[in-house]
Order: sequence, then C-alpha cells, then structure tokens
Amino acid sequence: MSITDQLAQYLASGLVVGGVYALIGLGFVIVYSVTRVINFAQGEMVMLGALGTATLVERGLGLPAAFALTVVAVAALGAVLERVAVHPLRAGPALSLLILTIGASIALRGAALIAWGTDPFALPAFSPGPPLRVLGAVVVRQGLWVLAVAVVVFALLWVFFTRTYPGTAVRACAVNPRAARLMGIRVDRMFLLAFALAGALGATAGAVIAPITYATYDMGLLLGLKGFVAAVLGGLVSPPGAVAGGFLLGVLESLAAGFVSSGYKDAVAFVILILLALAQVAGWLPWRVADEA
Amino acid sequence: MSARRRWAVLAAVGAGLAALPWLVASGYVLGTLVFIGLNALAALGLSLVMGYAGQVSLGQAAFLALGAYVSGVLTTTGGWNGWAALAVAFVAGTLTALLVGLPIFRLSGLLLAMATLGFGIIVYYVLVNWSAVTGGPSGLTGIPPLRVGRFAFTTDARMLWLTWACLLVAMGLAGNLVDSRIGRALRAIHGNEAAAQAAGIDVTRLKLGVFALAGGLTALAGSLYAHYLTVINPSPFGFVYSVELVVMVVLGGVSSLWGAVLGAAIVVVLVEGLRSLLPRVAATHGAAEYEIILFGLALMAFMVFLPRGLSGLRHSRP
Repeated sequence: MSITDQLAQYLASGLVVGGVYALIGLGFVIVYSVTRVINFAQGEMVMLGALGTATLVERGLGLPAAFALTVVAVAALGAVLERVAVHPLRAGPALSLLILTIGASIALRGAALIAWGTDPFALPAFSPGPPLRVLGAVVVRQGLWVLAVAVVVFALLWVFFTRTYPGTAVRACAVNPRAARLMGIRVDRMFLLAFALAGALGATAGAVIAPITYATYDMGLLLGLKGFVAAVLGGLVSPPGAVAGGFLLGVLESLAAGFVSSGYKDAVAFVILILLALAQVAGWLPWRVADEA
Repeated sequence: MSARRRWAVLAAVGAGLAALPWLVASGYVLGTLVFIGLNALAALGLSLVMGYAGQVSLGQAAFLALGAYVSGVLTTTGGWNGWAALAVAFVAGTLTALLVGLPIFRLSGLLLAMATLGFGIIVYYVLVNWSAVTGGPSGLTGIPPLRVGRFAFTTDARMLWLTWACLLVAMGLAGNLVDSRIGRALRAIHGNEAAAQAAGIDVTRLKLGVFALAGGLTALAGSLYAHYLTVINPSPFGFVYSVELVVMVVLGGVSSLWGAVLGAAIVVVLVEGLRSLLPRVAATHGAAEYEIILFGLALMAFMVFLPRGLSGLRHSRP
C-alpha cells in the first residue's frame, strides 16, 4: 500500500471514530455550559445506547424503532439523574458535583454488568454489505452511517439552538443564568433539558458505534474520557468546537496507531489533554476553558 | 490541637493497633486493616493537595504505580535490598511529582485536574506497553518481602505494624507541617489565592512542594503494597483508582488529616463489606456484582447528604 493510500485509510477510519467522539463531546459541552458540571456519567449514556439498541434489535424490534426507543429512554435517564442527584446539590461545591456524577457512572456500569453480563453484544450493521472503497481507503458501510448520523444530529442541534425558542433559552442560560432568570426563563428546566439532550447524544453515539466495536458494559469509561478530551479541545463551552475537537482527536489517534504504535493509541487523547492545559496557561490558545472547578 | 497532644493521640492509636493481632486472630480483618493503612497513606498526600493547597489531582494512581514498580523492578531485576528500593521509591515519587508539577502547577482548578488526569492515564499505558521493564499486562512476580535480619514482614500482622507505623508518623509530620508557618500559608492559598499572593506568599512554590510531598507519600504506599503482595500488575493503577483516592479524601472531609484515614476506611470496608454481605442477601446469579451499583449509589447519597464529607459534619451544625 502506498503512503497516500495509507494516509487516506487512516484519515477515513479516524473521521469515523471522530464522529462518535464529537457526539459524546457535545454531550459534555451542553451539560457544562448550562450547569457548569463535568458529567462523568456521559460515557455510561454511550454504553447504555449501544447495549439498549443491540438488545432491542436482538429481541426482534426493527432497527429504527429500537434506536428511537433507546435514545428516548436514555434521555429520560439523563433527566432523572439531573432531578434526583444533581438538582439537590446544585449549590454545593464543584468537587462534590464531580464525585456525584462519578458515583452515577459507577452505579450505571454496575447495573449494566448485572443486566447484560460481561459478554460483548453485537449489533448488525445498519446496512449490510462488503466494505466500500472511497478515494483509495476501505470504509465499512457502518462508518458512513456514523458520519451521516453525526451530520444529521449536528444540523438538528444547530437548528434547535439558533432557530427555536427553547434552544435560545438554553443558550441564554449558558451565557448568564441570572440574566436568563430575570428574563423569565425557567433555569432549572434548562438544566433538565441539558441533561436529557446529553443523554440522547450519548445514546446516539453508542448505537452507531456498536456495529463497529461491539457493545460491552465497560465501554463507557474510555469513550467518555475521549469525548471529554474532544470537548476540551474545542474549548468546553463551544458546540462547534466539540465537533471539530472530536474529528481532530479521531484522526490524530488513527495516525498515531498507524505510524507510531497501536499500543499507545489510546494515550494520544491524554497527551493532547496535557498539552492543551499547558498551552492554555501559556496563553497560546485563543479560547480559555472556563476555570471554575 | 497542640503538637504534643497530636503525637500522644497518634501514639495511642498506634499502641492500640500494635496490640490488635493478639486480640483479633482473623487474617482477613488484619489484611483489611493493612489495605486501609496503605490507602490512607496514599490518600493522606492527596488530602494535603486538596485540603490545603486547594487543588485536585485526578492522576494520583500514577504515583502509587511508580512506587510499586520502582520497588518491584529494583528488587527483582536489580536484586536490590527492599529498604533501599523503598527509599528510592519515595524519592522517585517526590521527584516525579516535582518534575510533573513544575509545568502543570502553574495551572489551577479544572486545568490542573485535566493535566493530572492525562498524566495518570499515560503512566498506565506505559506500564502496559513497556513490557521489557514492567512485564507488560502480566506485571512482575516474586517481589521479596521487606525484612530486618531474619524478621520478614510476611504476615498480615507484621505488615499491619509496618504500614500503620508509616501512616501514623506521616500523619504526625503532616500535622506539624499544617500547623507551621507553611501550613498557615497553605490555608491562605486555599482561602484566596490572589490575597495570599499579595501577602507575599510564594503560591506556586508551596503548591508544588505539597504536590511533591503527596507524590512521595503515595509512592511510599505503592512500594509497601508491592512488598506486601509480592506480585504487581498494571490493572489496579488505572484511572478508577485515582478516582477512588479522590473519593476517599472527599468522603473523609478535605480539611482534616484524619479525614484521609476515615475515607480510606469507609471505601475499603464498603467494598469488602458489600462483597461478603451481598451473596447472603441476594442469592441470585452474579450477586457479587451488586456491590458496584451499591458503591456508586452510596457515593451519590454521600455527596447529596454530606457534600463536605464526614468531618464537615462538625462545621455544618449551627
């Protein structure tokens, strides 16, 4: 294989994984910008999305119905998490909120372990068939589905945030909660909405990646952390930034796996995390991560 | 608390624990106490970083791993004496924290948490991938126990003495530090960093110093762990353990040295207790796995009802 073919190949597989990181990263950004909470349970939403869809399909439900049902259920779970756990502690120390979401992620992982066991679940690809050749790269059909779903979700979110009243209200809360409250926006409903949206985004990411990587009860931890890095890469409060960060992270990881060593592939995200923190302190970056933890 | 009274309390606790092996015959109980001591030693360092320097490290497991692997590699591959390896592990932990801290301790809050998170996970991948030195995923075996002449720290009782002696001495010294000029400066930093800086405190240097000390203490715990179990592999040193350490510190309450011990005890006992209790209550398949859910739920309940940890109870009463 020539070097350009190799590059095309790494780029293609990187973009596919990157689309998933972008979806997860968006979940972090929406929750953080509205509530100033880093939701460590975001990765568990991905896991539940993957396992939920795979199970419902296995039980004979059609893929679109299984997908929709899972996304709605996980969104509801996100809302419940906000109401039962985050809401009572809203005014508490930032660190306690962080631990709270960590507790939620541990509990959800344990629940999944009991419900599904340790065996990986396979979800059939959305459209069966042999891999396609795109510009010299071999791409599994599911990869195109990942990108297509990601693009549709981004477009929907963009319309929601810029063209609808609730979307504008969410943005107002992110910019200045007190002013938003004075303008008559129910800020606590926006908290709920942010967590529900993040749940839906996570579940979507899980459902589209499941045919490529299998679904297991412990897949959430690493995917969640990668999504967090994607969000930070984009500035943590910027949805377009998280999307760009997700794709960039996916491609960099794929290049590292190809040219350096696949054993260290997963470390790439965390090297980036350190570099970002350092670059930020040195003032090299145009944006700043809101620094309030 | 005056320094004299603190040392008296620590000595009394030490004497009580030293007598324990004659009162409790169960190796299981003694082993659990050893683990509480090891975790408390690691959490003590982090508690200084969080409670007094006001910073969160999400990569503390890396220092535990460093201590364990320095001891493991030096004694097995290098044929070193265990105590020399232990000392090197402590120094290595301190120096590494200093090196890592130099650039990142100019960060604060979320940025610092991010950088330490990254550092912790990268160290984990190095342990897994650098097989020539670390033994890769299967790790190192045959690490000799510590010994003085013919007296080897092989039993749970002997390890209990050693671990808790280290812990109590470390707590006494940490107490002295906290009550000193440096400690007051640290509290000032925790209260208001800008004001502390204005008052002439070298904020960066102090925070870095505390982080280095925490790195050393955590590495010391790692080294003791390696000599106790005689077998190490990367799996206990991942991100989850870093989180558990933060949980211990927060559960115990960040601004109390006993908080670290209390937090370590709660986490170890909760995990062990759930593991032994649950199969009796729920006899269905996979009963042991319920412990994870309950641990997570307990964590959430703790945070909702006691957001400032157990030692925060004292302050929250009107």
